[in-house]
Amino acid sequence: MRKLHIVSAVSTLGLMAGLAHAGGHMASDMTLVSWGGAYQQSQINAYTDPYVAMNSGVTVTWDESSAEAVAKLRAMNEAGNITWDVVDVVAADALRLCDEGLAMEIDANDQLAAAPDGTSAEDDFGDLLVGDCFIPQIVYSTTFGYRTDMVPAGAEAPNDICDVFDLETYPGMRALEKRPINNVEWALLCDGVAKADVYDVLATEEGQEQALAKLDTIKDSVIWWSAGADTPQLLADGEIFMGSTYNGRLFAAIEEQGQPIGMMWDAQVFDLDGWIIPEGLSDERKARALDFVYFATDTQRLADQAKYISYGPARLSSAPLVGQHASLGIDMAPHMPTDPNNAANTFLYNYEFWADYRDDIDAKFQAWLAQ
Amino acid sequence: MLAADGTPLKTSLARALRRQKIRALALIAPLLLFVVITFIIPIATMLFRSVENQIVSNTMPEATLALQNWDESSDQTPEEPLFQALYFDLFKAAEAKEHTKLGTRLNYEQTGTSSLFRTTGRKLDDVGEEWQDPIEDIAPALKDGETWFALMSGRGDNTLLEARRSLWNDMVPDAFNGDVGLTLSDEVAGMLPLTAAAYSDWAIFEALEEGRDIAKRDPWEAVYVGLGLDLRNADTVAAIDSYSGPHAQDLKLLTAQLDQLPDLMFRDAFADLDEDWLDPEVWQTIKIYSPDYTSGYFLNAVDMEIGSDGAQMRPDNQQIYIKLFVRTLWMSLVITASCIVLGYPVAWLLANLPLRSANVLMILVLLPFWTSLLVRTSAWKVLLQQQGVINEILVWLGFVDDANRLILMNNATGTVIAMTHILLPFMILPLYSVMKTIPPTYLRAAKSLGATNWTAFWRVYFPQSVPGIGAGSILVFILAIGYYITPEIVGGTSGVFISNRIAYHISSSLNWGLAAALGSILLAVVLLLYWLYDRIVGIDNVKLGG
Amino acid sequence: MLDAALDQSFVTFDRVQKSYDGENLVVKDLNLSMPKGEFLTMLGPSGSGKTTCLMMLAGFETATHGEILLDGKPINNIPPHKRGIGMVFQNYALFPHMTVAENLSFPLEVRKMDKATREAKVKRALDMVQMGAFGGRRPAQLSGGQQQRIALARALVFEPELVLMDEPLGALDKQLREHMQFEITRLAHDLGITTVYVTHDQTEALTMSDRVAVFEDGRIQQLAPPDTLYEEPENSFVAQFIGENNTLEGVVTQIKGPDLCEVKLDGGEVIDAKPVNVANVGDRTRVSIRPERVEMNKDRLQEGAHTLRAEVLEFIYMGDTFRSRLRVAGNDNFVVKTRNAPDQLRLTPGTQVDIGWLPQDCRALDA
Repeated sequence: MRKLHIVSAVSTLGLMAGLAHAGGHMASDMTLVSWGGAYQQSQINAYTDPYVAMNSGVTVTWDESSAEAVAKLRAMNEAGNITWDVVDVVAADALRLCDEGLAMEIDANDQLAAAPDGTSAEDDFGDLLVGDCFIPQIVYSTTFGYRTDMVPAGAEAPNDICDVFDLETYPGMRALEKRPINNVEWALLCDGVAKADVYDVLATEEGQEQALAKLDTIKDSVIWWSAGADTPQLLADGEIFMGSTYNGRLFAAIEEQGQPIGMMWDAQVFDLDGWIIPEGLSDERKARALDFVYFATDTQRLADQAKYISYGPARLSSAPLVGQHASLGIDMAPHMPTDPNNAANTFLYNYEFWADYRDDIDAKFQAWLAQ
Repeated sequence: MLAADGTPLKTSLARALRRQKIRALALIAPLLLFVVITFIIPIATMLFRSVENQIVSNTMPEATLALQNWDESSDQTPEEPLFQALYFDLFKAAEAKEHTKLGTRLNYEQTGTSSLFRTTGRKLDDVGEEWQDPIEDIAPALKDGETWFALMSGRGDNTLLEARRSLWNDMVPDAFNGDVGLTLSDEVAGMLPLTAAAYSDWAIFEALEEGRDIAKRDPWEAVYVGLGLDLRNADTVAAIDSYSGPHAQDLKLLTAQLDQLPDLMFRDAFADLDEDWLDPEVWQTIKIYSPDYTSGYFLNAVDMEIGSDGAQMRPDNQQIYIKLFVRTLWMSLVITASCIVLGYPVAWLLANLPLRSANVLMILVLLPFWTSLLVRTSAWKVLLQQQGVINEILVWLGFVDDANRLILMNNATGTVIAMTHILLPFMILPLYSVMKTIPPTYLRAAKSLGATNWTAFWRVYFPQSVPGIGAGSILVFILAIGYYITPEIVGGTSGVFISNRIAYHISSSLNWGLAAALGSILLAVVLLLYWLYDRIVGIDNVKLGG
Repeated sequence: MLDAALDQSFVTFDRVQKSYDGENLVVKDLNLSMPKGEFLTMLGPSGSGKTTCLMMLAGFETATHGEILLDGKPINNIPPHKRGIGMVFQNYALFPHMTVAENLSFPLEVRKMDKATREAKVKRALDMVQMGAFGGRRPAQLSGGQQQRIALARALVFEPELVLMDEPLGALDKQLREHMQFEITRLAHDLGITTVYVTHDQTEALTMSDRVAVFEDGRIQQLAPPDTLYEEPENSFVAQFIGENNTLEGVVTQIKGPDLCEVKLDGGEVIDAKPVNVANVGDRTRVSIRPERVEMNKDRLQEGAHTLRAEVLEFIYMGDTFRSRLRVAGNDNFVVKTRNAPDQLRLTPGTQVDIGWLPQDCRALDA
């Protein structure tokens, strides 16, 4: 905000018409922030390589800091020196950045490409446009993988979220993320709470205690992870029977590494990942960032990313264009969390609820963990 | 006494010494500057952040003021004037997008405040429109920004404008400096006080934040609300009757049709936006956290909170920090102790082996230093997990039953093992350098005097190696207290430290105030232990080398 | 060999050998027998094996071969703390974290003596070395000489029958050293302690000891009372090592009797000497003459003494003595010491002079 003002003051005399992104002056350097690994590689392949090919002279620098993006952007803002141009964050972080005035607001129809058939960007993204600053890119899900060779003899492969809590049928260790989000929803769901009531129940003290009490029944059999790579590794090492993680990680472990792991899609929790543009960029950098985002979130580019990683494109219009994996040559559609066969029972991350309850429930969750 | 040149000897001496001091200072100046910038300032900032709480009064200055008159011990919702002040404050904050920051801040204390502020901010425009529409119907000229500019401009010294500017600058530090392009008419400001205040707010924001020409822009809804409120005032109506400045007839149109204006109550309007505004608890929280400085973060950091009757412990199911502090200190002690137990014999060997073998051993000791912390810790993971190397070997040797493999990680054991390994060199090196200075003849002397090997070691060698143990222990203990990567990776839930929570609040929950308070307490604990150590052992008794 | 002597022998080394690396012997076939109450000094250059011998006796090194007996009992397998031997170390090894009194009390404590006894003994030991007022001090607060006394007191406080001293005076200045030499011998004799003293300072060895064992190359070259050692060195090493000595090299040309032989020096001159360890005509020999036994005044030479022609290279006036450096039979370092007496010659460098000596002062030793 403060920076914007300085920029504006400089250009007050000439430019009255607000943003200058249509103008010819665009910065030639761009720093993109992402998560590293296979995900970032898919973005390089689908977005930046073609973008640089089209715009010779543009250089792209990557920073693998998305996990700490909010904290770092806040620190940059306090120091008055924003070094990032476009940042890949999960939707919840985008909302927080927007709340804190650290990300600029985006008008989807004005600043993003329409679908090839003319559908406006707003309609094409639909409900996934959560928050005013967030440009959705992919839909991913947090779901369970299990060791196919460790399924007890005589038992079916787990296919119900409540199998996670069923230590009798499925003994063995589980891996769950070391935070309340998703875990408490699953716990309530398996403790007799109807899916529609989950967040109403969770908003009450009793509901929170109920969820933790349910989790308590498997606490001794849980390894708590904090990095997405932990669960696939624990599965590969045979340390756990089943564990939650991002579906793309499980896809890589199963299809690319050939691990004996099965997917359990039941009650998978959809979440979104996308871009934000930090508030306080110079006009040239902002113009470049908007130009890149316009290109990188159009229908074809989003569909292209699905060639490299099994996350669903955020546009409706991209879904039919999803083809085969670039190197494995398998159809990607069945591996998308959004595929109808996988999406029989799903949750969407409740951003509004968690923005309010995150600190409160997390404090209780951590206290419970420490007991 | 005089020096050879006749100046007093003391003066000459002082001059000579001063030159020496200046030279010495110049030599350490770069380091001093470095330490100040990278160490002192961040620590001072941290200490400040742990009590700083100006966001509430800066974002809602008038509501904070109005809250003073509200008795928080009553279970009554505050009255209309507070909601009126809240409207003007929040309107500004929402335009500047500061209200969500405040919501986030207050959400640390009262769950739900975050969305309360966010949704209210989003819908606040609707409240103003209830006033704007009838006013514009009665006096169509007031639809136009130029009319407003002409009305509000005039002769005056801009006292009100500057006062409003300083409020803006409190909310968004130093963002509103420059020429607004408005000279507020003192006459109009006296006649329409709320309107003038709201118009000034808008003009400052529009000119300096958005960079637009205020003479041509339509003011925002709050200005119409201000006008509506002013028109309710009998003094204002009387003043308008005798007013003859620009657009006097438009104002007179309004005074003639006062009954056309809505009878809107802010309290109800806010209740419509979100029921929670009627909840006294929300207001209690705001009032408790309205002072510029708060003990709230520190209380939170020791599992306490400010309740309606002062500080009190949090409910059992939310207490965690004291437990983590105690665990951090206890486990650091355990790690220090295991470093002593494992490091002492190694250091002794190092100090007593022939030089060449000692060098090889020294390289082995230092080897962990040359690998990245993350790699080392991850390697421990491979070793310690249940299907890991150590368990495999134990099962293969038959020491451990396959079904009951040892749980060596994701608990306190894992943290102690991995951190002992990582910190061992910090124990061995000072021990070694102290032991190197203990001549072997002491042991021989003790034995020749009749002491057994053990007595000779315990009574003669060990006391002389104590300074090394002291130095190593301080190093290891203080390093251990601050570790978080290793506990995070191998500590599971029972092996994490307070630093993990600090890191979480820095990078994840963004509750930097709480993180700062936790960090300050940790710093204070370390200083306290250091002081105790000095009292009991004596800091002179610490040697890093000969 | 020592069976007969065992009865009186208090400390015995019986064919002791020591090797550290399995290839070289540091101590070669050491035989030594010491009666009770004797003050024996092991003297030798560094690396000669004397300290190793002391350490074996103290128990800090084990003999590779052979036996060490203390009071008739073999002690090879007795750990050092059970040997009851007092020891004074080169750098005193006073425990820096204990006071003087605590240092002295330490050997008594480990012997489980009660407090009153300990205090009495510590006081007596401190008084013995005139350090009674220093019990509360730390070693670092004492001067070198004071530390030396404390070290001595500590080695004696538990009343050992045998005390070992490893170059205890090495760190003191000359005056203090001479004073302490006297004190140590006085204490040793007064208390009747058997003492083994290691030093590389021959003056110390000569002035303090009942007997001196000269070490070289892992062997005792000679074991004798100081005067014998000086006047009748048994080989050229001892002759060289103890005191000042002039050497002339040559070949035995004739054995004239048990106490007389003729040596033809390499320069061609022929002299008479006392055969010490030459046996046959044709043996190469080093002839050793002490500087003070050389006579330059012809009148003082006895009948039948050989004389040699020498060139004066240097004359040094030393107060009580004159010291002249001559070239004799090709040796440029032939030193003559004469007493400062009224009738004594003061030589002028560059002049020639005749010198001579008694055949019995001229010892034909091994080459």
